[in-house]
Amino acid sequence: MSLDSSDIDKIAHLARLAVAPEQRARYATDLSNILDLVAQMDAIDTSGVEPMAHPLHMAQRLRPDIPAEPNQREHFQSIAPLTEGGLYLVPKVIE
Amino acid sequence: MQNKSIAQMAADLRLRTYSSVELTRHYLERIERLDPHLNSFITVAAEPALAAAERADQALKSGEAGPLTGIPIAHKDIFCTQGIKTSCGSRMLDNFVAPYDATIVERLAAAGAVVLGKTNMDEFAMGSSNETSWYGPVKNPWDKTRVPGGSSGGSAAAVAARLCAAATASDTGGSIRQPAALCGITGLKPTYGRCSRWGMIAFASSLDQAGVMARSAADAAFILDEMAGFDTRDSTSADVQVPDYVDALDDDLHGLRIGLPKEYFGAGLDARIGEAVMAAIKEYEALGAEIVEISLPNSPLSVPVYYVVAPAECSSNLARFDGVRYGHRCENPQDLQDLYERSRAEGFGPEVQRRIMIGTYVLSAGYYDAYYLKAQKIRQLIADDFKRAFEQVDVIMGPTSPGTAFALGSKMDDPVSMYLNDIYTIATNLAGLPGMSIPVAPVDGLPVGLQIIGNYFEEARLLNVAHRYQHVTHWHQSAPVGCE
Repeated sequence: MSLDSSDIDKIAHLARLAVAPEQRARYATDLSNILDLVAQMDAIDTSGVEPMAHPLHMAQRLRPDIPAEPNQREHFQSIAPLTEGGLYLVPKVIE
Repeated sequence: MQNKSIAQMAADLRLRTYSSVELTRHYLERIERLDPHLNSFITVAAEPALAAAERADQALKSGEAGPLTGIPIAHKDIFCTQGIKTSCGSRMLDNFVAPYDATIVERLAAAGAVVLGKTNMDEFAMGSSNETSWYGPVKNPWDKTRVPGGSSGGSAAAVAARLCAAATASDTGGSIRQPAALCGITGLKPTYGRCSRWGMIAFASSLDQAGVMARSAADAAFILDEMAGFDTRDSTSADVQVPDYVDALDDDLHGLRIGLPKEYFGAGLDARIGEAVMAAIKEYEALGAEIVEISLPNSPLSVPVYYVVAPAECSSNLARFDGVRYGHRCENPQDLQDLYERSRAEGFGPEVQRRIMIGTYVLSAGYYDAYYLKAQKIRQLIADDFKRAFEQVDVIMGPTSPGTAFALGSKMDDPVSMYLNDIYTIATNLAGLPGMSIPVAPVDGLPVGLQIIGNYFEEARLLNVAHRYQHVTHWHQSAPVGCE
C-alpha cells in the first residue's frame, strides 16, 4: 500500500493535525512502510473467524442511573487554557 | 540500603534500623547524583516525598503501618497524580497537573508507599527505546550510549540504577517486559483487567495494562499485592479474586510444564540471546520442570495486527487532546479548526502523529474491513494459539527481546525496525495474558531477559516461577557499574 502527499493531507485533516507541507513526503513514506508491514495480514485466511474486540469476554457493567460524582467544575477547569464564567473559551465559531 | 529487598526494608523500618525519612533522603540523594546521567525521572517530587516519609514514620511508630509503609517508589509518568505533573512524556501535557490520582496511585499510597517522582517514558507510551519522549531519551544504566528500552524506559533505568525500590509501569505491546530485559530487572505485565486503568492515560484501551518493575520477583509480588484488584471506575476491570502473591512465591516447581514456542527461537533472534535463554531453561529443568515443544503458529502476525489495533485505538483515545479543556494550546488560533490542528501538531511528536494517522486511516470509510476487522480476526487466531498451548503446558518461556540494548539513535529513522523489537511481547497483549521478564546471563555485559507467559490471572504462578529461578541464580542482583 503506497500513500502519497495528498493522502497525507486527507488523513491529517481527518485526524485534526496540521502537517507542514515539507513533512508530507516523509509521513507518506513512513505510513506506507507501516502499511506494508500490516499487509502481511492478507496472507491469512480468516473466513469464519469471529473478530476479537477485547481480551476478556465480558459484558459491559451497568450501574443505577443516579449521580455518583460530585460536581467539580471549578476544580477541573482550573487546568483549562481559557475559561470564563464556567465555560471553555474557543475562537468564534458562528459569525 | 538500596540493594535490600522490599521485605528487608519493611522489616528494617519496623525495627527503626533507619527511618523512612532517612531511606527517602538516601534515594533522593542517589537521584540527584546519578540521574543527571540517566534522565530516568521527568519530575522528582522531593518535598511531597519527604512529607509522605514523615507520615510513614509516624504510622510506623503508632503501629498503623501498612505493607509498604515508608518504601520509596516511583510512578511512570502515565499515571495521574494529584498535585504532581503528569506529562505522559509529551509536550501536550507538559503543563498538566491531574485533578485526581489514578486508582493504582491511590492504592499504593494507601499501602503506605512514598512517591519519589514520575519516571520518563516514550511519548504516550508509543516507542520501544524511550527516545520519543519530549523530555529526551533515557540512558541505559549498563551502557549510557544505549537505550533502556521502552516505553517504560525511565522506570526500568531508575529501578536498575537503584534510584527507587520499585516502580509502576504500563505495557501495551511490551512496554514493561522489553525495558525490563534491556535494563536487567524484573518486570511483570499482569492479565488485562487485573490492575485498574483508571487514571492511567489511555493509549490502546483493549491492550493497556498497568504493572510493576522491580529488582526481583519477590519485590514485584509485594507491590502487585497492593496494586491488583477490581475497580468500579474502570469499566474493563476484572472482578476476579486477587490471591496473595507473596504467599505463593516459594511453591515447588517439580512437574511444572514449560512450553517453548518454536516461533520464538527462529531467525531474527540473536543466537547468543537464544543460548542465554536456553541456559536458564536448563536451570528450570534442574528445578524439576519438564520442557515441552509447542507452536504458536500465528504469533509472527502479532506485529502487523498490533500496528492496526493499537493505532486505531490510539487515534480515538488521543482525540481528546484538542487544546480546549487541558493540555497544550497553540498561540493565536485563527478559528476552531486551526486551534485543534495546530495545538495537536505542536503538542504531539512525530511517532504519536504517525500512529494517530495510521489509526485514522485504517478506521476511515472503505478501509475498516480490510484493516481493523481483519486484524481483530487474526487477533482471535493468536489468542486461540495460546489457548491450545495452555492445554499442554503451565507456562510459556522464550526470549523477551530479539537483541540486547541497541545504540541511542540507531533505529529512530526507521519506525518499522523499531516496531520489530516487540516481536516476542506483543502477542501476549493481543491475547490479554500476563507476562514477565527476568534477567538471565548477560551477553557482552548487557542484560538479557527471559520472558515467562502465563495463563489468564496466573500472576501468582509467574512470580513463583521467576522467584524460584532467582533463588538459585544471582543475575537479578547484578547492578550497573557506578550504581552498586
